[in-house]
Amino acid sequence: MTASERASDFSLADDLGFVVQLERFSGPLDLLLHLIRKEEIDIWDIPIARIADQFLQAIAQLQLNEAAEYLEMAARLLRIKAQLLLPRRGDEEAWEDPRHELVRRLLEYQQIREVVDWMERAARRRAERFGRGWLPPAPEAPPPPLVVSIEELVAAVERVLAMLPDPVLYRILPRPLDIEGATRRILDLLAERETLGWRDLLGPRPTVGDVLSNLVALLELARRGLLTLRQGAAFTPLVIERGTAYETA
Amino acid sequence: MEQRTRLLEAALFSAPRPLALDELSVLDPEASDDEWKKALAELKDHYEADGHGVELVEIASGWQILTRPIFAEAIERAAFTSRPLKLSGAALEVLAVIAYRQPVGRAEVEEIRGVSSGGVLRLLQERGLIEVTGRSEGLGRPLLYATTPLFLEHLGLADLSDLPRTEELAVALRVSQPPPPGEESPPEGAAAP
Repeated sequence: MTASERASDFSLADDLGFVVQLERFSGPLDLLLHLIRKEEIDIWDIPIARIADQFLQAIAQLQLNEAAEYLEMAARLLRIKAQLLLPRRGDEEAWEDPRHELVRRLLEYQQIREVVDWMERAARRRAERFGRGWLPPAPEAPPPPLVVSIEELVAAVERVLAMLPDPVLYRILPRPLDIEGATRRILDLLAERETLGWRDLLGPRPTVGDVLSNLVALLELARRGLLTLRQGAAFTPLVIERGTAYETA
Repeated sequence: MEQRTRLLEAALFSAPRPLALDELSVLDPEASDDEWKKALAELKDHYEADGHGVELVEIASGWQILTRPIFAEAIERAAFTSRPLKLSGAALEVLAVIAYRQPVGRAEVEEIRGVSSGGVLRLLQERGLIEVTGRSEGLGRPLLYATTPLFLEHLGLADLSDLPRTEELAVALRVSQPPPPGEESPPEGAAAP
């Protein structure tokens, strides 16, 4: 007998020599009903001590992960057993047999088992008659729970990244404006000529930096009154002249 | 056969599932429900009287043309068609609880069965035998389940009233002594002498 067989087989009573496979039972209520039927006992007067012992024996070799529901039932049986052993108080009227709740559940479950038998027969009868054409195939079972290692996850991320087009990167170079240089040049030019045009400030191929440096320098000099900026009309060339503060500077 | 009965036969032949009365009415808006019922009766009689291999069966709140059970073995052996899925004992237990208690939440199913039932519920839902019909007002607003027409189809039932009434079930335990009066009474049908 292998270890796994031993886990699911157990001997209810070695002297009786019958072995029950726990897998056959759909739960603790099913097992309990089986024990009660086997012993041919009265459901309204269950010898709870005997049944509890048999139940414990039956689940003794259960594997822990499947045992929770059986253990809960075992605890319930032992509690009922203890309640029955305790001496009762005088007022018999108020005493309720602690077994009754269990009996109610057993009968309810037994009823469900009978319905299951009935439904099984109905389904078998139905399966003997075919409708026209195909039966829609049963939907596929859901995929098993996702189990991935961190390596697989990283590899998957890398595959996704590899599918992305090369990222477009821009390198931004600092191009400081030479405002001081522009200011100096403007003043040098004004020293030679009374009026200047915008074009005179810039060389033949001005860079963006040159344009901005000269613009900022012009505005600053205009603010300080060293020059004035004049435009005859919209979009006409800009005229740069010495300002009121120029002479005093 | 009347023209409408022939139309009915053609419609039922074309459909891979039972057709309900309101679906039939789309075929011919002129015809009343009573006229459809008359046509259904005529078609049923026709299959009975002339000894056909198929019969008209009322199933899942509709009607379907099905082969007669006596040919089941031959048709199955020839593998012309696939057998419907067979359900496990656990699945049938859950279905039984839902069929009688619907709409019902998972907690009640598990209370009656004495085992956790989440996996079975999900499976039955995927198979289309049960569906979520709402949420309980209780703590956590748990989902409530009910059976679907496919459930009726699977068992060959016309509707839920075809299920055995609980008092018709013979609770197969030795019940010699009902509980004393005043105590909690057992489920119906259990208190046999």
